[in-house]
Formats: sequence, C-alpha cells, structure tokens
Amino acid sequence: MAMAESDPNVAGTIPRALAGRRFGDRAFKWFTLLMALTVFVLIVLIGCELADGSHLALRQFGWRFLVSSEWDPVSEQFGALPFVFGTLVSSAIGLIIAVPLSIATAVYLTELAPQWLRQPLTIFIELLAAVPSVILGLWGIFVMVPWLRVHLFPWLKGAFGFLPLFQGPIYGLSMLAGGIIIAIMVLPIITSMSREILRSVPGLQREAAYALGATRWEVTRIAVLSYAKKGLFGAVILGLGRALGETMAVTMVIGNNTQIAASLFAPGNTLASAIANQFAEATGDVYLSALFELGLVLLGVTVLVNAFAQLILKTFAGPSVTPQN
Amino acid sequence: MTAPNHRRRRFKNALMQVFTCVCAVLVTLPLFLVFFYLLKSGIGAVNGHFFTQLPAPPGETGGGMANAIVGTFELLGLAALVGVPVGVLGGVFLSEYGHSRLNWWVRFAADVLNGVPSIIWGMVVYGLIVRHGLGLNLFGAQVGLIDRGYSAWAGGLVLGLMMIPLIMRTSEEVLRLVPNGYREAALALGIAQWRTVVQIVVRTALKGIITGILLALARVAGETAPLIFTAFGNQFWNRSLADPIAALPLQIYYYAIGPYEDWHRQAWAGALVLLLLITVINVSVRVLTRDRFSQRHS
Amino acid sequence: MKLLNRCTLIAGAALAFAPLNSAFAQMLINGAGATFPAPIYQKWFYEYAKVDPAIRINYQSIGSGGGQQQIRAETVTFGASDGPMSDADLAKVPRKLLHIPTVAGADVLTYNLPGNPKLKVDGPTLVDLFLGKITKWNDPRLTGQNPGVSLPDQDIVVVHRSDGSGTTYIWVDYLSNISKEWETRVGRGTSVNWPVGLGAKGNEGVTGQVKQLPGAVGYVELIYAKQNKLPYADVKNAAGHYITPSIESVTEALATAKIPDDFRFSMVNPPGEKAYPIAGATWLLVYAEQQDAAKGRKLVEFLNWAMTKGESMAAALDYAPLPEAVQKRVLERIKTIKY
Repeated sequence: MAMAESDPNVAGTIPRALAGRRFGDRAFKWFTLLMALTVFVLIVLIGCELADGSHLALRQFGWRFLVSSEWDPVSEQFGALPFVFGTLVSSAIGLIIAVPLSIATAVYLTELAPQWLRQPLTIFIELLAAVPSVILGLWGIFVMVPWLRVHLFPWLKGAFGFLPLFQGPIYGLSMLAGGIIIAIMVLPIITSMSREILRSVPGLQREAAYALGATRWEVTRIAVLSYAKKGLFGAVILGLGRALGETMAVTMVIGNNTQIAASLFAPGNTLASAIANQFAEATGDVYLSALFELGLVLLGVTVLVNAFAQLILKTFAGPSVTPQN
Repeated sequence: MTAPNHRRRRFKNALMQVFTCVCAVLVTLPLFLVFFYLLKSGIGAVNGHFFTQLPAPPGETGGGMANAIVGTFELLGLAALVGVPVGVLGGVFLSEYGHSRLNWWVRFAADVLNGVPSIIWGMVVYGLIVRHGLGLNLFGAQVGLIDRGYSAWAGGLVLGLMMIPLIMRTSEEVLRLVPNGYREAALALGIAQWRTVVQIVVRTALKGIITGILLALARVAGETAPLIFTAFGNQFWNRSLADPIAALPLQIYYYAIGPYEDWHRQAWAGALVLLLLITVINVSVRVLTRDRFSQRHS
Repeated sequence: MKLLNRCTLIAGAALAFAPLNSAFAQMLINGAGATFPAPIYQKWFYEYAKVDPAIRINYQSIGSGGGQQQIRAETVTFGASDGPMSDADLAKVPRKLLHIPTVAGADVLTYNLPGNPKLKVDGPTLVDLFLGKITKWNDPRLTGQNPGVSLPDQDIVVVHRSDGSGTTYIWVDYLSNISKEWETRVGRGTSVNWPVGLGAKGNEGVTGQVKQLPGAVGYVELIYAKQNKLPYADVKNAAGHYITPSIESVTEALATAKIPDDFRFSMVNPPGEKAYPIAGATWLLVYAEQQDAAKGRKLVEFLNWAMTKGESMAAALDYAPLPEAVQKRVLERIKTIKY
C-alpha cells in the first residue's frame, strides 16, 4: 500500500485530516472493518473444525503423517506425502500453462483486439468459469483424456522423451491431465482479473507512450504491463488459490494413484481429490480423522504457498509499480 | 527509437498482436469444446418438460429439473445475501481505510480462503450448522436461527461464505484503481466521507465490482461438493427453506454418475441450462450497468 | 448503493418462495446413503408419493459410508448402505439400528479387447489380475480358460475405483474370500490400497476408462456394463461352474447365501450350483425405536409397501429382488419397529 501515498493517480487512503470527522463516517468505517475481519473468523472456524475432526489422526500419527507415503485404509496407516506432492505438482503445471495464456489474452482484450470483439470474448471467458467442475471432469474423461492419450502425450514422449518427466507408459489419466484441467479452470479467473487490472491503467500512461512514437505493443509493454505488474501478480495468486483447492474435475482425470512418480504421464493424486474420493464412504473413525487431517494439511499448504507468493511479490514486483516515465 | 529499427519494431508489434490473439483463441477454446459437447449430448433433452416437470423415475423417459432450476436460484439468492454485502464492504475497507499491515493480513487470509477446496467448506458448514443448528442466546432466551439438519439455509450459507473472499479481493482490486482525485474532489465539496465512498468511489468501480460478483456467483453456481452435505438435494419441490432443496449441479452430478443413457442426456441438458442461465445473468447485468457506468475507459 | 439494492431484490425474490411454499402441509422424510440402489429407491419413492400423497420421501445417494454416518448422527430418518455395518460401528450408534435388506446386485469384470469376446475366469485368476501378477492378456492362465478366444499379446491395464464404494467392498470381499494372500496383503474395505492400476471415480468413471483404454480391465456394477454395452466375464463359482452374471444368477446366490437373524450377511462365493459368486445385497438402516412418531409410522407403512409391491419393481431395473422367504422374514422384523 506504500504506492498509494506516493502516487496521486492511484487509489489509496484518504488524507487523515479529512477522515473520520462525523459519526456516520466512523460508523461506516467500523462496519466495513467488521466485514473485512470476517475472513479471519472464517479461517479460525475452518481451522478449528478441521483440527477438531482430525484429533484422532493427529494423536496417532503425529508428524509422521506429513512424511509418510503410505495410505492404507484397511490397516489404518495414513500418510499425506503423495497428496501434498500431487497438489503442488498439478497446481504448478496448471499455472505454468495458464499464466502466460491468460495474461496474453488479457492484453489482447484490453489493448490489441478490435473494439467489437472485446465484449463478446470477455463474456465467453467468464462463462468458462461457470462450467460446473463435474461437467468439466466428465468432458475431460470422454473428450480430453482420449485426445491427450492418442495425440499429445505420444508426441511429447517422442520430442522430450529424454526427460524423466515424459517417460513411462501412457494411460491418459495422469498428473499432466490433472494439470491441464486445472489450467482450464484457472484461465478465466486470471484472465478476467488481469483484464480488469489492465483496463484500469490510466489512459494518460498510454497516451504518454504513444506520444513518444511507440507502437501499440511497445505502449502495452512499457506503459501498461510494467505499471500493472503488481496487480497482475495478485490475479495469479487468485488463480493459485483455485488451483490448489480444485477438486471434482481434477479427481476425475488425475488417475488417483497414491504414489510419487517422476513421470507426468503417471497417475497421481491431490489432497482435495483424496478427500472428495473418500470422505463420503469413510466409516472408520481414524480413517475419517485422517481425511480431516488431509484438509488441515491442505489449509497449511495453501497458507505456505500464499506466503511464498507474497514474498516473491515483495521482492520482485514491489518497486516497479510506480510509473517509470 | 530511431528509424533503422522501425521495421523491426513494426514487425514485433504485428507478431505480438498475432500471438496474443492466438492465446485468446486458446483460452476460449475449452469453452467451445465443452459447449459443443454439451449441445451434442444434451440438446435432445431440453424441452418444455425440462423446465416444468420434476425428475422422472428411472426406467421412464422425460421428466425435467424444474425443482433444481428454482432451487439453484433460491440458493444463489441466499448466497448473494451473505456474500455480497460482506465481500463488497470488506473490499471497501481494504481499499479505503485499512492500515497497510492489517490489510496485508486480511488479503492474505482471503487468498488462503480462496484456496480452501469447496468440499472443506461443505464439511465445515455441515459440522457447524447441519449437525448442531445455529442459534443465539439472547438474554437467556434461545432464539433458533437455523434448525439442525439439511436445509436450503445451510446450502445458501456455504455458497455465500465461499463468495466472501473472492468478492472481497476483486472489489478491493477495482476500488483501488479509482483515482484519488475523485475522492479529494468529493471531500472538498464537503460530502461526508462515507457518502463519498458509497456514491463516488463504489459507483465508479461498480462495473468491476459486478464483474467480481458475477465471477463469484458463476463459480459457486456450479459447485456440487459443498452442497451434498448442506442443501442435500431433493427429488421434489422444496416447501420451506428449512428443508433440503434441489440444485442443478447436484441433480447433474447424480444423473451423470448414474447408469442410464437417459440420465446422462438429462445431465448434459442440465449442464447446458446451467451454462445458459449464467450467460443470461452475465449479459443482462452487463446491459443493465453499461449505460450509466461505462464512460470510464471509453 | 444501487448494486446492493439490486442484489437484495434478487435475494428477496428468492426468499419469497418460502412463505408461499410452507402453505402446503406435507411431511418430508429424508434418507441418504448408497449410490448403487439409488435408481430403484428413487423409483419406489416416486411411486409411493402416489400411494400416500401426504408424504414425500427424499433420498440422496451420498454414498454408503455417508449413509452410515448420517443415520448415526440422526440428520436423516433412514440410512442406506451397500455393506453391512461392522460391530464396531454398530456399537457407536445411539440406539438399536436395524438392517433391512432390499435388493441385490452383481459386480462384473469388464474389459476392452479387440472384438470384445466373452471371457471366462476363475477366482484365483481374478486375484492375480488385481495383484498385478498377470500382466499380459495372452497369459497362459487366461488363454487356458478361454480356448478358442484369441487373446492378444497386450499389456493389461487394471482400472479400479478411486472413491470409497460398496462396489469395491463386494469385489475385495470376494477376492479376500478365495485368497489368503489378498486378505493379508490388501484386505476388505470400501477403499483399499490397490497393488496396481489406475483409479477412476465412480462406476461411471471406471466404465469410461475401460471403454477407452485398449487392454483395460475393471469391475463395475452389472447394470453399468449392460447400459454401456461393455462385455463382462463369466466367473467360476464355488460349485465349479462358469456363471454369467444376471438377475437370475444373483437371486440364486441370495437364495443359497446364509442369512443370519440380524440380516447382516455377505453373499460372495455361495454354494449354489447356478449362483454368480460376486454379488452383494444393499440395506436400509432404520432405528428400532423411532423418535418422531408421525414419521416413524409413515416409514413403517412405506417399508411394508416396499417389501411387497416394491420388490416386484426391482427386476425391471436390473436389480435382483429378495427371495420370498427372505421378504417374509424382513416383514416380521419391520413389525418390531416402535414409534
């Protein structure tokens, strides 16, 4: 928020001298504060509920739960490592595919596309966010996975087979398929947010760059993208949130094999899909408790990944927000 | 920026234009593929009955999802009641008042919440509301707000809670982009600060806020997992918000995993209708808000 | 705040349904549980709404484990499960809980081979397939049992359920029943630690995978194989005959299975000559003492109807009805429910 005070063009805090004089102002401020604080209440609620549900597993397995890769409901031995691995890898694949595509699309939508095309394209992209997860998953099983198995995966194997990432038998259902589904699900979120952010870059920025004789792309790169860097990063984090927690569609295409494999063609599993797969049918108390603990681990992973993202944001995106020209 | 590399710069400009265009096509491609698939598999089951009839029992063809369509509207209405005020006002706080450290934590918490999978939201609301009910102890008198058991209330609440962090973050992002000059001008005219925020700042950013709300609504409209343990689903009409209620995604889910060809057709039809429904909401809200607020970036 | 006004309006419109709807007095009984019998239950509740218009029975297929959890937590009036509850789980329910068997179904071995020939397999072959010991379709143990069928030199891809499921329980119950190795290495459960294979979600997911993946083999409920026109294998039963899964061979299995007094029984590998060996029943879970007298009375009325009229609708939907002798025993039990 340091940017707000230093730059009059961008929003931010209202000068303190003018603020909070009247009762209405104060009441409104406190009310909005209350609303903002609900996010903490919600986190505490979720944390308590998950901790409460998982106390049996917490007591029985302790820290071993995080490093054990055994998951056997019959002998009631549980470990979360393969799921943590699967969650991180599938989300990473999803973001690697989605981020460049979405930001490029947002740039096209705000800067380069013909005017008449912008509105319809935007609506299409927002609609993609509305496809129910389960439908996308079924489409994944019946249309996408067969195509991947027959066309894309063999090609990848041929071209990049020297990498361990693209070795081994091809089944279709795989970590890579899960990552691609995640990419499809986060595309509309990152694109819409990025578009909103790019649109809000003041016209003055662009005009100044045009005045220097820059081409359209140069205007975009110099005046728009560097100005909006921080906001775009925020959009990516929003997408990351969805990638980590995406459940149904991923479950249907990731192959659900509790293993840690180097190959992206091998089936994997994620924290969320393990919960979705097993929660409804788990009967043993320890088993159910272990699933709650998976939820707790997922919450922990989400916290860590977000913290990490914030750190990157501070290090790289921070200083460049203020306009350079 | 001298003449000799002018051609190279022009070429690069054209190249990027093509590249971003290709990306845009790629991004929209899945929608068309899914839509085409739904159309192919489900259009046959979309007819008058689909919108007016209850689900038919297995072994009989026909029937519809009228109860699920109405149920989805009711659930989204309840969800908006929870999610929109909390989310938007929270966003207002973040952009207009907060201290940078508190803001950082609120934003961080919201981002974490966005990553909580929907099924966990379902587990939490199930544990808190469905198992125990929600009541207030007012001066010794017990006031029941939501009875225990599955209900439309619980379903609406879980969707609403899921919308809060999403709306809060999107609202904040767009509110922050309203130029400070607007605020200063309004304050200089002696308008109270809260009115400045509501009438000038929020209004200027309204289109972005609505985009955020629509995205959030679109996201929760298709959620299945959290509804299974809260709204529960209902084969019949919902008679009271304290009873279980049908929802399109639930009905789609149960039909899609069932064995019958006819059920699958109904499931695809349901998905098609859900998608069209959201299209209609999306487009109509855009049309409603365009005239007054679109001058910002013409 | 035009925006908020608008949203309040929309929400208000939705809420307006509430008072309007509650004008009709109608009892709603909720039940939850097993996915496998959901179609027949839905049929029953649809038909029963015509028999007794004053009540509506709402059933949601959230899974067998869910059914057991929910009846234990008493968030529903009845539960439903594809597997009987264990003694340990029964000890945790607040009051005496009855198992009411309703119908039975078969698990079948389905596969994707060129020409989709009819295969014959025995139990030990199934065990080794799912243990990953048989990896090629032209393994002598498969070709030996299927003379005249040309099996390709192709890798076998095992597909199993990734979600917990009663279907899985029946399958591994059978494998444990005939193989000590399976019982000790993998064991019984609604979800187990599979030695090999791909996990697909739901019967529908397994069906989809087997359909698409050449060389795949998996297990699904009979009705899914039938509706999706997938081939399924004949399995050698305890009497030594290869039996085609069908309603008749499952009814036969039911008739020869030993059914104890509390109706918690496993019917895999029964002695019957014509019995298909991999089948299981499904149960409704009902408290012996109903808390809500009005709902209890209506529930008992319905159960009586289900055991008589309802059972006759089963075969049309590919479920094996209970043999008449068992129906009578169940009806006697229903009489003991207090409300």
